[in-house]
Amino acid sequence: MFYREAGDFKTSYIDDSQTFPIKFDRYRYYVVLAVAFGIIPFIINDYWANALLLPFLIYAIAAIGLNILVGYCGQVSLGTGGFMAVGAYACYKLMTAFPDVSMFIHVILAGGITAFVGVLFGLPSLRIKGFYLAVATLAAQFFLVWLFNRVPWFYNYSASGQINAPERDVFGIIITGPNAPAWATYLFCLIFLTVCAIIARNLTRGTTGRTWMAIRDMDIAAEIIGVNPLKAKLTAFAVSSFFVGISGALFFAVYLGAVEVGEVFGIQKSFLVLFMVIIGGLGSIFGSFAGAAFLVLLPVVLKLLGVDLLGWPTDIVAHLNLVIVGALIIMFLILEPHGLAQLWRVAKEKLRLWPFPH
Amino acid sequence: MPEQLVFAMEVILNGLMAGVLYALVALGFVLIYKASGIFNYAQGVMALFAAMTLVGIMKGQVPFAHLINAIFGTHIHYFGWNVPALVAIILTMAVMVLLAWAVQRFVMRHLVGQEPIILFMATIGLAYFLEGVADLMWGSEIKTLDVGLPQGINLWIDETTFNIFDYGFFIDNLDIVATVIAALLVAALVAFSQYTKQGRAMRAVADDHQAALSVGISLNFIWIMVWSVAGFVALVAGIMWGTKSGVQFSLSLIALKALPVLMLGGFTSIPGAIVGGLIIGVGEKLFEFALGPALGGATENWFAYVLALIFLVFRPQGLFGEKIIERV
Repeated sequence: MFYREAGDFKTSYIDDSQTFPIKFDRYRYYVVLAVAFGIIPFIINDYWANALLLPFLIYAIAAIGLNILVGYCGQVSLGTGGFMAVGAYACYKLMTAFPDVSMFIHVILAGGITAFVGVLFGLPSLRIKGFYLAVATLAAQFFLVWLFNRVPWFYNYSASGQINAPERDVFGIIITGPNAPAWATYLFCLIFLTVCAIIARNLTRGTTGRTWMAIRDMDIAAEIIGVNPLKAKLTAFAVSSFFVGISGALFFAVYLGAVEVGEVFGIQKSFLVLFMVIIGGLGSIFGSFAGAAFLVLLPVVLKLLGVDLLGWPTDIVAHLNLVIVGALIIMFLILEPHGLAQLWRVAKEKLRLWPFPH
Repeated sequence: MPEQLVFAMEVILNGLMAGVLYALVALGFVLIYKASGIFNYAQGVMALFAAMTLVGIMKGQVPFAHLINAIFGTHIHYFGWNVPALVAIILTMAVMVLLAWAVQRFVMRHLVGQEPIILFMATIGLAYFLEGVADLMWGSEIKTLDVGLPQGINLWIDETTFNIFDYGFFIDNLDIVATVIAALLVAALVAFSQYTKQGRAMRAVADDHQAALSVGISLNFIWIMVWSVAGFVALVAGIMWGTKSGVQFSLSLIALKALPVLMLGGFTSIPGAIVGGLIIGVGEKLFEFALGPALGGATENWFAYVLALIFLVFRPQGLFGEKIIERV
């Protein structure tokens, strides 16, 4: 009844090619933005920020990044954890070297450095494909984690080998360190997520995104019709690593505050982000949000149900979590390879005809 | 003979032994890949699952004891009997066959004809699932596994080398046993796939599903068989690694050790898995020995991957793999 194109007349090309051409979608998007920016910062508290909102925002950035590489360009990467570590350590080195510079610039620079590293490790993708490439990206994962663990320059020769985020501010508001207020950290991450999502959305519907999708669908055919595989694959690696680097920097500086690289950015993290992309939907920006929300919520809900309500030991609930995640991955791959995003699309199709389906 | 060279020789010998163990895990991958085109990431977790089941059966643990206790408020943990190692191994094998059937029935059958990368991701999901089930079934604490394999330093080698070089080599008895068993296993597998009816059917399926189906080979049966054989290899690998370093979560990470072996040797080749395993085993031990101290140690974590990566850039199908031909 509400969700339909009928009566929504476009009178200019700009109107016609906007991101959300359907009115209902557009208003929903504005409402979500208004709630996220205008209401949540006033009611947020530490528990909500640390347990749900910050991990969701940060993982969503990482998932968008990985989705560009896996979902749009078809290059499966298992090195996300390693690239997040690059972002975190780059941010740490910048924060300690230039204390007076705004955090915004540090995080963006950290993303840029990660993009460079990503391109380096993306070079083999020109020769090797499919899961050979997936396994090759594991080289990045293990090598980078080892590098940050073993070379003292990266953690400023601290005795514990950890990195700790010093207190830094943006326009006088503390963003990192234990004294940062919840609403400030939340807004800081939200700004990055919003900008990243808009960039990703527009990249993927423009020329760049189309060359990525051509490479994904059939790389040889794409080459024949004039897509430059070198450029397409390396830009995908660069953009993807840029987002992943930003999420790594935020994960370390804003969310955790202290990081031990092997524990936080290990191979498990790579799989977690990959699972978000699969469950959310390969090749969909909305899917990245949905997948991140789902996998951040699942352990919290399970803990609420299992530990707090039924009184089970925490280790059993943690194992159950593994079983459920594994089963869900398999179920999604079998039943709905396009993930939650596809369910959403189907729902929208149904809404268009409701209440008078043929 | 200079001292460094003698040390290096010991390192190489130990590397060869480690390589055999890597090859053992890699074999499980190759088998499934050849017969069904599935790259089974869950192989490492299958080894963990097999080893945990074996320990659980030997000690008479009640499966899912923790879960049952949590739900019903009971306190059962053990049946109160001990099962001899051989019987337990046979029972575990039965469990692995059951697992093979379940995987085929509930997962792989629904994914026939999907792209390889989708299948790969499904096996990552399977790995998570199995890991959770294994922990729920038998508890996640570190267990010791002893099925009566010899362990500790081999005195004969120690003495002999001491007489020759004035320096006794440290070679673990378990590694020698593992090498022998791996060699036997490979011989048995090659014989199985070359000379038995089922083995030939398996190779036919690997060649072409449709053609195999049309001459009356049951795909269902072959796939269950292949997963069972992979389960058997996982069991052997689980026993070896479990005896060596205890049955714990890190056992499942041997899958990650086997991946570069496969890339180096080629996914489709049994000799490739073995040669690749030996190259990686020797390479990483020598690299650590020569450059590890200068680089900060623990280079084993990534050396194999970087070696495989560099190698792949020059030869994308691996040492013994079939040539990759692409058509539009």
